[in-house]
Amino acid sequence: MTLLNAFTVNATVQSMSPILLAALAGSLCGRVGIFNIALEGQILVGAFASIAGSFYTGSALLGVLSGILVTALFSLILALGTTRFRGDSIVISVGMNLLASGLTAYLLRVLFDTAGTFSSPEIAEVKRIVIRAINTTPWIGWIFSRQTPITWAAWILTILVTLVMFRMPLGLRMRGVGQNPEAARTLGVNVERLQLWTVVAAGALTGLAGAQLSLGTVGIFAEDMSAGRGWIAVVAVMLARNHPAWAAFVCLVFAMADTASVQLQAQGLPNQLTDAVPYVITLAALVMGSLRNRKRRQAALA
Amino acid sequence: MHRLALLRPHPVLMAILTGLVFGALLLLLSGQNPLRAYAEMVRGALAPRNWNNTLVWAVPMIGMTLVAALPLRGGMVNLGGDGQLVIGGFVAAMAAIYLPLPGPLLAAVAILSAMLAAGLYAALAALGQTVLGIPMLISSLLLSYPAIGLTSWAAGFPLRDTATGLAQTLPVPEAARLPMLFGPVSTGVVLMALVAAVVVWADRRSVPGYELRMRGLNARFARYGGVPTARQTVTVMFLSGALAGLTGAIIVLGTHYRFINGALVSPGYTWSGLMAALLAGGEPLMAIAAGFFFAALQTGGFAMQREIQVPRVLSMVLQAIIILFVSLRNGRGAARKEDRS
Repeated sequence: MTLLNAFTVNATVQSMSPILLAALAGSLCGRVGIFNIALEGQILVGAFASIAGSFYTGSALLGVLSGILVTALFSLILALGTTRFRGDSIVISVGMNLLASGLTAYLLRVLFDTAGTFSSPEIAEVKRIVIRAINTTPWIGWIFSRQTPITWAAWILTILVTLVMFRMPLGLRMRGVGQNPEAARTLGVNVERLQLWTVVAAGALTGLAGAQLSLGTVGIFAEDMSAGRGWIAVVAVMLARNHPAWAAFVCLVFAMADTASVQLQAQGLPNQLTDAVPYVITLAALVMGSLRNRKRRQAALA
Repeated sequence: MHRLALLRPHPVLMAILTGLVFGALLLLLSGQNPLRAYAEMVRGALAPRNWNNTLVWAVPMIGMTLVAALPLRGGMVNLGGDGQLVIGGFVAAMAAIYLPLPGPLLAAVAILSAMLAAGLYAALAALGQTVLGIPMLISSLLLSYPAIGLTSWAAGFPLRDTATGLAQTLPVPEAARLPMLFGPVSTGVVLMALVAAVVVWADRRSVPGYELRMRGLNARFARYGGVPTARQTVTVMFLSGALAGLTGAIIVLGTHYRFINGALVSPGYTWSGLMAALLAGGEPLMAIAAGFFFAALQTGGFAMQREIQVPRVLSMVLQAIIILFVSLRNGRGAARKEDRS
């Protein structure tokens, strides 16, 4: 069992938190009827703003906060674009992804006079929480110790978002807006305002995802460092039909596949092939899921 | 009223203007003279001695614009352009290097097999939607990654040209290379122009083109009117992928003369092309114009970086802002019409 050791389990949990946070954001947007495929760009903006904030203030906390704030502001494009201006969410999202990629690369050159990656001793990284009592305990310690506060936040937020969505009046209103905006409007819900704030709140979550990616792992910013994570979150959201807990499960499967691919690489398989493993597994899961659904439907018909 | 409507500037022009103003602000903030930067961009893209550069960039750009525009016309989105592009480029290189065929025939076979392979790969994503119910947005995107991974591995290991030290295949034989025809015009330019003309014609004058437009306007109506939408999805995606294959083949046989790892994906033709197609709402002629405009922005960006050291990614920012403003203005215009009725 070389696949499951302290390091790989720990790394899996750590590397899945940006995807998880983005998937939470995606399911929030999806619930209010806004299909958000800008997650990739939002994570990137969050990662950049966190690094810049940490670099200029010397504080990891302020870095994370600036990541959250800037990404929430960036999300206003989608929030206002789909509500006030009634634009198409796919077009706006694709534009946002390109804008994020271009703007971060431009600012990287202008502000930090570098291309590719930016690292500096002045960047304060997010410290990991080491729980001494369980640090070396198999499984429990591997999972829970040596994780950043953002990873903890990601899991707590998963529970919180699920509770709000299915157990609170606010969640009921959100689901109502997504399912039938006209009916929700008739019942006195301010549809546009709810959509707007949901998208902005989701943006804050993706900012946190970006902060974990840059400040929570290596403390550097690299161009296009979101590297498909936002798209995986989009897939998770679609697979889970906007259910945050199911989305978290899909993220977990994906993260395990990702860790497995790193392991395969260590076994000597070239990384060009192993990089594709998580996507192939996701695709296989989609195919198997739909085949099962079809069988069930046929059984129901018979 | 009527005259006022005429005086109101076209939304796309307004968006371009807004993009330029925003870009100028960015330039000012970074201590550059925006007028000088834009002048360098225009010169870099349009001065006669740079036509060759612009065309070399415009051909794949317009190719990938059509790749996105074709499905978009019917309300579908193909996000897997990158995967289809590399498959096309890779297959073209393989066919040209390893098939024992004479001269022009070799180039033709290489191009056709690239189109076939990329088309079939794209059709796979369509089948994912029609047979398995996986949204094409997702299936096409996910299929991109293994395609990029496999070709990049093949160019890096078993098929690597060990003489160069880079992850690239052997060069394609002289005979299979697409020649320059006259001045800055290459065979690739002519091929792409022909294909673009066919797409525009099919969109406006042919029955399948009409059926596709009808579906884009109202999918339910199209189905009611007897359009076999599932078959149409697969056909349209096959053609879209085939165009990506053609684009890859033109780059490999006409510019790089071999399959170089990452060289097809990293310029971002696919996403810029998608932007251009979205800008035009999938209408091919407008999409081609937008694709050409974006290509000019890109080559202008290279010149700007070379001459006055302004990062060329600025052209990407301009593209994004333009597309965002067009989508917002379109949305608001539509909303206004809705309110009136």
